[in-house]
Amino acid sequence: MPTRLLDTLLVLAVGLLAWQGVHWLAPDAVTSPAGTVARAAEMLASPRFWPHAGETAWAFALSLVFAIGGGLAIGLPLGLHRFSAEVGEPILVSLYSLPKITLYPVILLVFGLGLSAKVAFGTIHGLVPVAIFAMNGVLALPPVYARAARALRLSRWRTLAAVLAPAAVPEIVTGVRIGFSVTLLGVFIGEMFSSQRGLGFLLMNAIGLHDVPTMLAIILMVGAFAVTANAALLALEHRLHHRPA
Amino acid sequence: MSRAGLVRTAIVVAAVAALELAARGGLLRAGVAVPPSEVAAKLWSILRAGDANADLAETLGNVALACGLALVAGFSLGAVVHGLPRLRRALDPFLASYYALPFFAFYPVLIVVLGIGRLPIVAIGFMFAVVAMMVATLNGFDRIPRALPRTARVWRMGPVRTALKIKLPSAAPHLFTGIKLAVAYAFIGVIAAEFIMATSGLGYAIAYAFNNYDNRTMYALMLLLLGIVVVVNGVLHGAEQRLLARRRAR
Repeated sequence: MPTRLLDTLLVLAVGLLAWQGVHWLAPDAVTSPAGTVARAAEMLASPRFWPHAGETAWAFALSLVFAIGGGLAIGLPLGLHRFSAEVGEPILVSLYSLPKITLYPVILLVFGLGLSAKVAFGTIHGLVPVAIFAMNGVLALPPVYARAARALRLSRWRTLAAVLAPAAVPEIVTGVRIGFSVTLLGVFIGEMFSSQRGLGFLLMNAIGLHDVPTMLAIILMVGAFAVTANAALLALEHRLHHRPA
Repeated sequence: MSRAGLVRTAIVVAAVAALELAARGGLLRAGVAVPPSEVAAKLWSILRAGDANADLAETLGNVALACGLALVAGFSLGAVVHGLPRLRRALDPFLASYYALPFFAFYPVLIVVLGIGRLPIVAIGFMFAVVAMMVATLNGFDRIPRALPRTARVWRMGPVRTALKIKLPSAAPHLFTGIKLAVAYAFIGVIAAEFIMATSGLGYAIAYAFNNYDNRTMYALMLLLLGIVVVVNGVLHGAEQRLLARRRAR
């Protein structure tokens, strides 16, 4: 086994030991790692769990489509035009650093309770990072790309679709990776406050019942999903950034 | 102001005016949208009466505490880990996926462990901000040109002087990016935690107004928060630009 993998596993083991240590200090507040995994396995085997997981997955998939589509629709045209980018970037960055959770009441007022509010909340989380990375990805391209497109007399739209957007794919993938995790966070938070279904609702329910094993099991499952997806996108990103031109 | 700044201001003003017209003209459902002018008037009256002062002071105190701890811990951790390449390679996958975790889900667990009050709120803000600072510190130290530490050796500088005179200034732009991110993340973490289940603070006040159908107060407090975040980001952005301009001048 390569040392690197061994070291990473070692760090993971230290983390698990720390978790176990906290469990020994406060057995009622924190379930042990083994207990959490057992609870998660139990939930995965129970038929009542899957409709909730499906609801969350569907809301997340919709949010992701809107966040990526909307982010590209805003970011790519801004990247085409340096002045527009200069105007737009500080606005986008301010939106990114805004605690979006405070906007949740507005979303609820506009969309009402239910799926559309969750999807809207997930979308506003993910849209901005996708837009920022797409914009900067197009802006950072060498000018020779745009010149080549001009020499071929491509229209603005064809330039973007056939030349600039494909060239900016590595940055777009970075944006999508960040958008992916914050969209998941948005949908999950959305479910925690105003939903009768979904994993966020299950978590809120467990909090209400002081059911610590279930709380930790849900966090473990959502966290494991997020980390796995992130790792896959990160691997894709590395491949794209280091591909031969 | 630059041309881009003027256009940006014009866009923001136009958006606010459009919202005002839409709310007044009845285009949006009454109660959902309050005209911005009325929101501003409400905020003014709240500020004059001092109704939000206690919540505001508490929130800002929590953010400052979380952010300060995150900056110190993040920088120290980054500096230590940078000196231990083997540990760093082992940590890299964890750092890269850290922000993929749904943090606010931990908040209830933190309440169970730390009790209700400031502690879990500051802890969430800290957890959210610390890794951004740590990663920025690592990046900054990575980008120090190799020639610089060698020059320090030629001048027989000790490790402390090398760190203060060579490494810190050279890594400064990345460290500043870390500071900016840590401030923004500490705000997000603290406000969100207050919003979810606290009994005081600005985030709580917004949630409270919402639950009582007091949309005017809710929007006014949101405007206050927005104003604070924009001003803080603006100040940091300006400081960063000055720092970069000074580096370019040299």
